[in-house]
Amino acid sequence: MMGDRPNPPRAMSSAATTSPSVDKVDGFSRKSVRKAKQKRSQSSSQFRSQDKPIELTPLPLLKDVPAQEQPELFLKKLQQCCTVFDFMDTLSDLKMKEYKRSTLNELVDYVTVSRGYLTEQAYPEVVKMVSHNIFRTLPPSDSNEFDPEEDEPTLEASWPHLQLVYEFFIRFLESQEFQPSIAKKYIDQKFVLQLLELFDSEDPRERDYLKTVLHRIYGKFLGLRAFIRKQINNIFLRFVYETEHFNGVAELLEILGSIINGFALPLKAEHKQFLVKVLIPLHTVRSLSLFHAQLAYCIVQFLEKDPTLTEPVIRGLLKFWPKTCSQKEVMYLGELEEILDVIEPTQFVKIQEPLFKQISRCVSSPHFQVAERALYYWNNEYIMSLIEENSSVILPIMFSSLYRISKEHWNPAIVALVYNVLKAFMEMNSTLFDELTASYKSDRQREKKKEKEREELWKKLEDLELKRGLRSDGIIPT
Amino acid sequence: MAGADGDDSLYPIAVLIDELRNEDVQLRLNSIKKLSTIALALGVERTRTELLPFLTDTIYDEDEVLLALAEQLGNFTMLVGGPEYVHCLLPPLESLATVEETVVRDKAVESLRKISQEHSPVDLEVHFEPLVKRLASGDWFTSRTSACGLFSVCYPRVSSTVKAEIRQHFRTLCSDDTPMVRRAAASKLGEFAKVLELDYVKSDIISLFTALASDEQDSVRLLAVEACVSIATLLPQEDLETLVMPTLRQAAEDKSWRVRYMVADKFSELQKAVGPEITKNDLVPAFQNLLKDCEAEVRAAAANKVKGKRLNIMLPFIRLIQYTNQHVKSALASVIMGLSTILGKDNTIEHLLPLFLAQLKDECPEVRLNIISNLDCVNEVIGIRQLSQSLLPAIVELAEDAKWRVRLAIIEYMPLLAGQLGVEFFDEKLNTLCMAWLIDHVYAIREAATCNLMKLVEKFGAEWAQNTIVPKVLGMANDPNYLHRMTTLFCINALSEACGQEITTKQMLPVVLKMSNDQVANVRFNVAKSLQKIGPVLDNNALQTEVKPVLEKLASDQDMDVKYFAQEAISVLPLA
Repeated sequence: MMGDRPNPPRAMSSAATTSPSVDKVDGFSRKSVRKAKQKRSQSSSQFRSQDKPIELTPLPLLKDVPAQEQPELFLKKLQQCCTVFDFMDTLSDLKMKEYKRSTLNELVDYVTVSRGYLTEQAYPEVVKMVSHNIFRTLPPSDSNEFDPEEDEPTLEASWPHLQLVYEFFIRFLESQEFQPSIAKKYIDQKFVLQLLELFDSEDPRERDYLKTVLHRIYGKFLGLRAFIRKQINNIFLRFVYETEHFNGVAELLEILGSIINGFALPLKAEHKQFLVKVLIPLHTVRSLSLFHAQLAYCIVQFLEKDPTLTEPVIRGLLKFWPKTCSQKEVMYLGELEEILDVIEPTQFVKIQEPLFKQISRCVSSPHFQVAERALYYWNNEYIMSLIEENSSVILPIMFSSLYRISKEHWNPAIVALVYNVLKAFMEMNSTLFDELTASYKSDRQREKKKEKEREELWKKLEDLELKRGLRSDGIIPT
Repeated sequence: MAGADGDDSLYPIAVLIDELRNEDVQLRLNSIKKLSTIALALGVERTRTELLPFLTDTIYDEDEVLLALAEQLGNFTMLVGGPEYVHCLLPPLESLATVEETVVRDKAVESLRKISQEHSPVDLEVHFEPLVKRLASGDWFTSRTSACGLFSVCYPRVSSTVKAEIRQHFRTLCSDDTPMVRRAAASKLGEFAKVLELDYVKSDIISLFTALASDEQDSVRLLAVEACVSIATLLPQEDLETLVMPTLRQAAEDKSWRVRYMVADKFSELQKAVGPEITKNDLVPAFQNLLKDCEAEVRAAAANKVKGKRLNIMLPFIRLIQYTNQHVKSALASVIMGLSTILGKDNTIEHLLPLFLAQLKDECPEVRLNIISNLDCVNEVIGIRQLSQSLLPAIVELAEDAKWRVRLAIIEYMPLLAGQLGVEFFDEKLNTLCMAWLIDHVYAIREAATCNLMKLVEKFGAEWAQNTIVPKVLGMANDPNYLHRMTTLFCINALSEACGQEITTKQMLPVVLKMSNDQVANVRFNVAKSLQKIGPVLDNNALQTEVKPVLEKLASDQDMDVKYFAQEAISVLPLA
């Protein structure tokens, strides 16, 4: 993916002094060869579809029969809608497909406006109809290197029916007559588990509906809440540590965002563990950009609930800080700024040293977007006030990086930003600033000396290893 | 071991530990990688009493560092004083076996497995087995996952009471409520079965196997299929039918394609494990169903196993290509080219050539690419000319494919194609493509295109280069786009050696020197790099009179990178 981008032009410092030229912009446009890829659709992986054409006996419309017969007819229609059609074959069963579509439409309207239709017998039939239609093994992803940022998602072929089934189910769950105490016999752990697996669907429209469905279920079935959270845990852990592939991470995080919002205080150990052992490691995934906004929202939600979690969260981010991927580094910096926006000064003090060591590394990144993003912190008034309060700790950490890049960075915009930062520091604490400027050289020399001592130590150790290796074979493992 | 703890007092542990704590991850990593050196300096006793406790306590670090540590400790037996003391290594490895990152944990388990062999039977029961039990009953799933990999190494060497406990632990983990743990247990099921007594295989393993094979998660079920191979090998023929086959049959018809895929993928192994009789009655029909599976992935896996089956079964399947989708086609495309050598000339022309031609027109680029990448097999049998008419449009289209990886792949076959199609055909049809890649918007393509030119010149000779390639390459030096101008330099770097002194000095050098006045610093420092690169090809006179002054000028450039590379070139080249 990265390779798909042209190299950004490097130093233009000298070019800038001559005439402005075409070289000021990157010579290659992105549009070029990339052809718009055809949207393909895909059917669910139904194992062995039937060969015979499907026949459904048309039933009268619900509104055309007397009210007392409606519940019975409603059940019959639900049963008919359990029939699943093959949408990859665009020519088969056209009439019956249309019939099912109109029946589903009718059912959607019926649950929205009717009263008294939800008999106890209807619950298992509704759940059965929904299960028959939506639960299926998702088909394999069409291309091996599916890149959700670039490629068009494969769309579900049976959507014309599926959408109506989802629509119907949501109206059912939201209906005033809906009674969770009856429904919980049918909407159970197994049902939820299958529902969660569907979040891997490549079709964003389906994931959007699933989000609403799961949200409603979480809201109405108190007994399922812990189970749902645990299963989401498992999905995320598998995603992070085993497969790195799951299409619905953003949607699940969005739901979690609102769940976290509702957590009671003090937070249970289970929730804290979820934050530290699941949400933080989610930052390590390659496709972070696809769900970073939702993830950062969840993290900030946690910190607003319980500020004492700030330290473990920031330490976690520092531990997983990207080593090679600059785009990710920019995202981390963005999230960190969101965290700093809500940080309590007492928490800030606990974490400032390791934090600013990392920021100082970012500021001196040769990738100008990383450096720039980090330097923008100095435009944030709240962060500035925190830095000012703690300038005696932060300035010594930042100073040598800032001083060095003010002289060396290739990008003039960065150099300009660094000057502003240095100026701000000078105004904050001029005595310390002058001391650091004066000792800059000797500090560098001391560092170099230390470096040399290290080298000597290792050289001595290696000599020793050699000597001993010669003296008695087999001590040094190979 | 005598003498191993001689002058270690020279090295206070604090200094060494400082190295392991260095703020810079890279330095910390380097130190950990040389942990054996540190241990050696400390001597066995202090390694045991000071270094290992330190390592056990400070396990919170970057995963990279932990991975190196987990690996090192697997080789540490002699450094702690030999097998007698090997159990000292267990505490740090135990903590490592509980971390989240899979690679670290796997490495810790690997090291634990390794050092388990160095434990005496007594130590194994006193130190190692309790560790396995602790891991197996850990709170967080990671430790339980790690435990799964350790049962089979201690089982054969412990007493029967302990054996019973181990079996019980394994059973518990097979029904753990975290799917991650069940997956780990399922993946170790075959291995564990192998070390168990046959009676226990029949009583314990089979029921676990059956349960895992009908797990609610397909990721667990498919691992049971893998275990099936080992289990079937262990059982006597007469038990297979009742103990294994019902589960296997069910797996071949599982509602999840991933499970069916696994059956298709493990088909050869399964066939061997269950023997010819069951294969004929059960597996072959199942295999035929898998070849007709509704999911392309499954068919592709099955199709891959076609090679090596008898021809008469094979050909009908090959005809499947027309009806199926890209995964099958691309899987078959990668094997059918190889068939031409088996089938011989006549059969190839009759049966395979139409398929090749059809596949060269396939809508999916991978299919076409698979055919082109295996062209040499066909060339040996029928000669490439038979294909050239269909080949060209296929190549042209791949050359302009929207995915740069596809373009890259076709570039890599250019020298092969050029060799087989001959210089005339190449000049006429393919040369333009090769030049167009030089101005591709993806750097990797421009780079590959440069390298491709070099290989072509090696094939067709310097004279051909002078007439067809060099003028075009040098023309790009005046392009308004600085990336194109740099491409000229990259081409010159690649071509100078193959083109020889004459062309390099007379035609290329003047262009390079002229570019030293370019307004873009990137171009200028690449001029310095190019001069360094082509210097050895030039004669001494040109070096002294032409190259030297230009490099000296660049060495005082205002851009520091230009300066750097110019100075480097000056120091490397033999300038007077």
